[in-house]
Amino acid sequence: MLRFGHISICIFISIVLCGVVFGAERFPPPDFDESGHELPSTDYITNITPRHTIYNYLDVAVLVAALSLSSWFVLKKRSRRSVFILMVFSLVYFGFWRKGCICPIGAIQNFSLSIFDHNYALSVTAILFLILPLIFTLFFGRTFCAGVCPLGAIQDLVVLRPIKVPSWLESSLRLFAYIYLAAAILFAATGSAFIICRYDLFISFFRLSGHLNMLILGCCFLVIGMFVARPYCRFICPYGVILRQLSRLSKWKVTITPDDCIKCKLCEDSCPFGAITKPTVEWPQIGYTKSRKLLALLILLLPVLIFLGGFGGSSLNRSWSRMHATVRLAERIYLENQGLLSETTDASSAFRATGEPIEDLYDQASVIRKQFKFGGWLLGSFIGLVAGLKLIIPSIRRQRTDFQADSASCLACGRCFKYCPKEQVRLKSLSEKQEIADDDKI
Amino acid sequence: MTIEKKSRRKFLKDGLWGTCLTCLAVVAGAFAFKKRDDEKVWQLDPNKCVACGNCATYCVLEESAVKCVHAYAMCGYCDLCTGFFEPEPRELDTGAENQLCPTGAIKRSFIEDPYYEYTIDEPLCIGCGKCVEGCVAFGNGSLFLQVRHDRCLNCNECSIAAACPSQAFKRVSADEPYLIKKAGHT
Repeated sequence: MLRFGHISICIFISIVLCGVVFGAERFPPPDFDESGHELPSTDYITNITPRHTIYNYLDVAVLVAALSLSSWFVLKKRSRRSVFILMVFSLVYFGFWRKGCICPIGAIQNFSLSIFDHNYALSVTAILFLILPLIFTLFFGRTFCAGVCPLGAIQDLVVLRPIKVPSWLESSLRLFAYIYLAAAILFAATGSAFIICRYDLFISFFRLSGHLNMLILGCCFLVIGMFVARPYCRFICPYGVILRQLSRLSKWKVTITPDDCIKCKLCEDSCPFGAITKPTVEWPQIGYTKSRKLLALLILLLPVLIFLGGFGGSSLNRSWSRMHATVRLAERIYLENQGLLSETTDASSAFRATGEPIEDLYDQASVIRKQFKFGGWLLGSFIGLVAGLKLIIPSIRRQRTDFQADSASCLACGRCFKYCPKEQVRLKSLSEKQEIADDDKI
Repeated sequence: MTIEKKSRRKFLKDGLWGTCLTCLAVVAGAFAFKKRDDEKVWQLDPNKCVACGNCATYCVLEESAVKCVHAYAMCGYCDLCTGFFEPEPRELDTGAENQLCPTGAIKRSFIEDPYYEYTIDEPLCIGCGKCVEGCVAFGNGSLFLQVRHDRCLNCNECSIAAACPSQAFKRVSADEPYLIKKAGHT
């Protein structure tokens, strides 16, 4: 009797399962001969369309306009007030209105994914958002950071009493931005995750909702940002490190003084980002041989660092590959099959319900792991290279006679302008000219 | 000597500058011509969906962009609708204790004996997928979830996609932004 019950349950289950697999409708839809009821249509939903593409081009147009204005305000008009107004506009438009998507920082990931994943093609908007600020930086320096980036803007608003970060600390902390950039590219290229978007600190403010952890972290950064100006831009922003290198080459650079520097030291402490470099002192003759030896040692250390970084990065492939959903799933299924885990997750039961062979899943996971192994080498050696160069660069001395804005670190905010007496003279002469012009009109 | 040195540095710098600019232009050009693509939007494949409930909780919007859709052509118009009623309803009526939907977003209306029509009051729907789960498990699977593009912010990385256990979320062309269930397909 019991056996019969089992058989009947089995038959019932297999009928139901067959129904699911072959898509047979368990309850045939009625034809309503009696009442003549007409079926409502589901097509209404297709009339709810996404944001029209034309608005995406509008975003690009606003980006170009903001970049141009920012460059003009900083380099030509030399007006902090105008940059500030533009910055607030960008915060409102790209931040609160567009809810922080799309942004050039995140577009790095779309770009890397589109290179490595043939099924994913980049949209024109994404490529323009990535490239345009880079091109502007090649010409005008980091004017994107000054007046266009909403993440920079929200931090710039809270700068209260900036303290000076020692240059060695600043340089070491900045290594994190390089790691972040490399990791973001690796995770995006393997199709695992867009970590820049996932761990965006300020997007919860723009959307006025978000994960609690990120909201708390964002608040922490804003509080830190009162005393360490723009911490995200300086130490974390992965796009910032690209802009840094490009702005070293930029055609026109931000200058503190509109004229020749008179070395009055008035601007010395005006930069909240520590981007003003002092004139160099005479080369110390004592210890010259010693520093040469040190430099030689550091240069020899560079390949070692690159190798160690690569080795370390590659050996972490197991933990890194867990960012990919397929690898996570494969590991979970493996553990469940080994009997090490008794409970199933939504993901593992969903996979089992599809009936796909487990071997295929394992194969996919091992391919992804291999990608991470190779990518880990690249990522690690890149970080090793950056770390090595960071050690070498302080040994290189350059002759500077003026107070200058360091083109790499300068965020082109224009705070230093008003500290320069020559700038005051320029403004005065401008207003005098204006007065003369006004007098003429009268 | 110093003049020569300066000009050499300047020459190298200019060369590097030109190279960078050309590279950027080439990249932009190559992408614009070769891999030009439509804008992409997020959508979930209802055939992969397991109605886990993540859509309701993981969306960055307070009220999820995912809501339920009813493919009426697939619906069996059952009296005992497993998408509408709790597993063991006390009575087959619209009493709140009998309903599966936590917000009462499904309206049940009598058509003819023994058929009832179930329509979704969309402003109330939170995309939890409880009705979808019931309908797929025991019914025809005519209830399914879809991302509403008037609500979706189209985040660069969809938070629900990152949390989706069955990897049902994918980027689809903005020209055809919905994956509607049709009769005859599971």
